[in-house]
Amino acid sequence: MAKMSVIFDRCKGCELCTTACPKQIVAIQHEKRNKEGVFTAHCTDESQCIGCAMCAMMCPDCAIIIEK
Amino acid sequence: MEKVLMKGNEALAEAAIRAGCKCFFGYPITPQTELSEYLSKQMPKRGGVFLQAESEVAAINMVLGAGGTGTRVMTSSSSPGISLKSEGISYIAGSDVPCLIVNVERGGPGLGSIQPSQQDYWQATKGLGHGDFRLIILAPNSVQEVVNLVVRAFDLAEKYRMPVMLLSDGLLGQMMEPVEFPEISAKTADNSGWAACGTKMQREHHIVNSLYIEANDLEAQVKKRYERYAVIEENESDAETYLCDDADIVITAFGACSRIAKSAVNKARAEGIKAGLFRPVTLWPFPKKQLLAATKNAKAVLSVEMNMGQMIDDVKLALDCRIPVEFTGRTGGVIPSPNEVLAKLREMNGGAQ
Amino acid sequence: MAVVFERPHALCDVRLHYCAGCTHGIIHRLVAEVIDEMGIEGDTVGVCPVGCSVFAYNYFNCDMIEAPHGRAPAVATGVKRARPDLNVFTYQGDGDLAAIGTAETVHAATRGENIVVIFVNNGTYGMTGGQMAPTTLPGQVTTTSPYGRDPRKAGYPIHVCEMLSTLDGTALAVRTAVDTVPHIRETKKMIRKAFENQKAGNGFSIVEVLSTCPSNWGLTPKECIKRLQEECIPYYPLGVYKDVQLEEANADKLAMGGAAK
Repeated sequence: MAKMSVIFDRCKGCELCTTACPKQIVAIQHEKRNKEGVFTAHCTDESQCIGCAMCAMMCPDCAIIIEK
Repeated sequence: MEKVLMKGNEALAEAAIRAGCKCFFGYPITPQTELSEYLSKQMPKRGGVFLQAESEVAAINMVLGAGGTGTRVMTSSSSPGISLKSEGISYIAGSDVPCLIVNVERGGPGLGSIQPSQQDYWQATKGLGHGDFRLIILAPNSVQEVVNLVVRAFDLAEKYRMPVMLLSDGLLGQMMEPVEFPEISAKTADNSGWAACGTKMQREHHIVNSLYIEANDLEAQVKKRYERYAVIEENESDAETYLCDDADIVITAFGACSRIAKSAVNKARAEGIKAGLFRPVTLWPFPKKQLLAATKNAKAVLSVEMNMGQMIDDVKLALDCRIPVEFTGRTGGVIPSPNEVLAKLREMNGGAQ
Repeated sequence: MAVVFERPHALCDVRLHYCAGCTHGIIHRLVAEVIDEMGIEGDTVGVCPVGCSVFAYNYFNCDMIEAPHGRAPAVATGVKRARPDLNVFTYQGDGDLAAIGTAETVHAATRGENIVVIFVNNGTYGMTGGQMAPTTLPGQVTTTSPYGRDPRKAGYPIHVCEMLSTLDGTALAVRTAVDTVPHIRETKKMIRKAFENQKAGNGFSIVEVLSTCPSNWGLTPKECIKRLQEECIPYYPLGVYKDVQLEEANADKLAMGGAAK
């Protein structure tokens, strides 16, 4: 069990995290903008998350928290 | 305590150590070199840091770093070197970091000459870098006063959290005079309330900084600093007067030049010319009130300087055109003689009759 | 479940002002993680000069001093000489370190000044809007090299680590990048090594991190990573250019009759 969560208002939607995920389950959602007007990153399939934290390591804004 | 015969530059260096200066950063330049040489010998033996930087620019930034930790620190240079330091001085003033900067003036502009001069009055009092800010400028006129003012300079710098400049010149730096070192209790201020010296995880981090990206924030910061400057103008301006009470002509002169002027005053008095001398010890704050008091019976003022006439601007501003102000001086490293000043006094005295 | 990855304590809990995808944020975090892991936040002073990262004083929880453009190594020298007990690092960009601050950088290195320099090289002046930097690649278009940098007129880019590795005072000169997670891990390892050098009194350590500038490169953050890999890394090869720890270890091996590698 692992969980990747994005701090909604800190995400700048740069997509760098999406390049880092080995499971390719990080993507930008196009439903809700944050207070900066940005479509943010999210996990598309929590069941597949292995908590490797590679998305978080790639994030320039410390906007990703990993729990295991 | 007994007197010792010392060169001005070396006495300054010794006084700095006794005043608790822990770090010196400098770059060689004539005519201040003995100061750094003395400190390079003494600092390592007396628990201090001496470092010869790669440039004046680097040296003043080392001062910013050391001063930023709350450590007593100084640098010294001569005119062209001070020009290079002016960037750092502006940052130090903008970051409210205390330090001592010594300028052993020489002739300019450009490479100029290595002879004594007072050509940096404007630079010191008005133009030490970009931005709205002031430095306290102290101008000694003897080796003994160099020593005394070094101690005062460090205290003022820490009291008001700002850079203080000691404006010496090639004459004071190079000449030897008997000097006495007063008992100094090197008591540095407690800088732990603002300095970048490690949070020890006990407090919020301190930021030593001159950047305020919002115009209103910067204005507020500068205004706060100017409130401090007003207190300094009120409390710290200092001057010496000599035979001014009944003087028809009051000479204004600072630093080494004031001693030539004093000889001229004595010669003039011997001839029956009622001359006096007003000597600012602080060039900023300029002792306006003291000058007004010293010239209340005077008919004219003569500004004597080792330049083309720089302090005369402040003299005129202080007197507000109440009485005529004339000028005599030599520049480029030439030292005026008492007789040259006397000749000008005679001319003015004749004119006054 | 327990939190296994979050913001390090040494990094303030504030939104960074950097553009989306700017890798400054990654490098900030790595420095902060090393400070956390070594437990030195309370005894560390950072020095950040003019450039995009000038606001780093708002981002690191340790005491900070803002330096004039290019002068951070001199300011850091002042801090370290006055207070050798403090850990001191500078965080500088390429215009700052390799143009206006070249003298301060070279002389801090040759003195073996016991400080850590984090050198973020993205080949442009970000804060002033993308002008040609000392590390701008030949042919690269910037606002002040609109026809592409022509080395015959504008000179050649400076290889900082190669240059500093020739100086006796340099303890560590290493070039890394933040284009991939393995490279990010390597960067952190090198930053840690630099701080450990300082603890051991080994001298000047510089970690050059090849970085991106989406706004001024005119590329998306993802495209920037691609350019970093295809153009920048080949021109500025990653690797260790000098490492006294390694040299000492090799010397020991030689002394014991082993083969040095």
